Amino acid sequence: MICMFKIAVVGDKDSILAFKALGVDVFTVCDSEEARRTVDTIARNNYGIIFITEQIASLIPDTIERYDNEIIPAVILIPSNQGTLNIGMKRINENVEKAVGSNIL
Amino acid sequence: MAKLNVNPTRMELTTLKRRLKTATRGHKLLKDKQDELMRRFIELIRKNKDLRMDVEEELQGSFKEFLLASATMSPEMLGEAVAFPKENISVDIKKKNVMSVNVPVMKFIRKLEGDEGAIYPYGFAQTSSQLDDAISQLYGVMSKLLELAEVEKACQLMADEIEKTRRRVNALEYRTIPDLEETIRFIRMKLDESERSTITRLMKVKELINKEAQ
Repeated sequence: MICMFKIAVVGDKDSILAFKALGVDVFTVCDSEEARRTVDTIARNNYGIIFITEQIASLIPDTIERYDNEIIPAVILIPSNQGTLNIGMKRINENVEKAVGSNIL
Repeated sequence: MAKLNVNPTRMELTTLKRRLKTATRGHKLLKDKQDELMRRFIELIRKNKDLRMDVEEELQGSFKEFLLASATMSPEMLGEAVAFPKENISVDIKKKNVMSVNVPVMKFIRKLEGDEGAIYPYGFAQTSSQLDDAISQLYGVMSKLLELAEVEKACQLMADEIEKTRRRVNALEYRTIPDLEETIRFIRMKLDESERSTITRLMKVKELINKEAQ
């Protein structure tokens, strides 16, 4: 299967505007309802990778989880300009615990 | 452990023996799969962790510069400066099969439009230098960020598959195989018992016939 996919960034405006200069599609959201709707819409619209800031991701954990078992799209958390909330790291550790049974890192 | 609810017949015994053989073979194969998946997963998760730490750190730096830029420039100017990107990133996702897990392989296609060289999509006259720094840093971290996307997704999918495989291995090892073994033993004993009782009955009958003949 060879398809071209686009890349999206979801987050608050101040954090992610810079991504726009690199040719990545930027979606600014403010609250959880809007974030959920945006993520679901772009997941359907041929986006292969969705970067989402941890601040926004912490509002919609269920939506993020829904895409965990699918190859496309990959939902990846990035820190925002207010610093990292360590959710990304936590998710890595969760994966390790799920697979190995204990945290070996 | 409980024996299965089956009739103690020779035919059942054959069926169960065949099932036990399949189960043992399946268990061995799944166990091998689990081991190999685990090996790859651990390799990948280490990489994932390192990448994420790097990326988070570098993104922070870029965000800091961008924050400074947005403080010195008006929001309209800022929006205008980045509104028409020169670069175009798209991603080509293929599936790779790693031990029956479909793992994405991402190939990134970055296209620079127009003149080569500068990555900034704006003129330098009305923008602050912090914006240049922010964007050049972001440009540098982008390839790592994309790699992180690939690795992290692979890790997620593999973690899921490992959990599933482990459950299957355990179910076979601690439930199916012992159950089958116990049932087979039970049927064997039952069959032996009925054989013995047939022999004794025959001996008894013979004795009776001999007594009659005398």
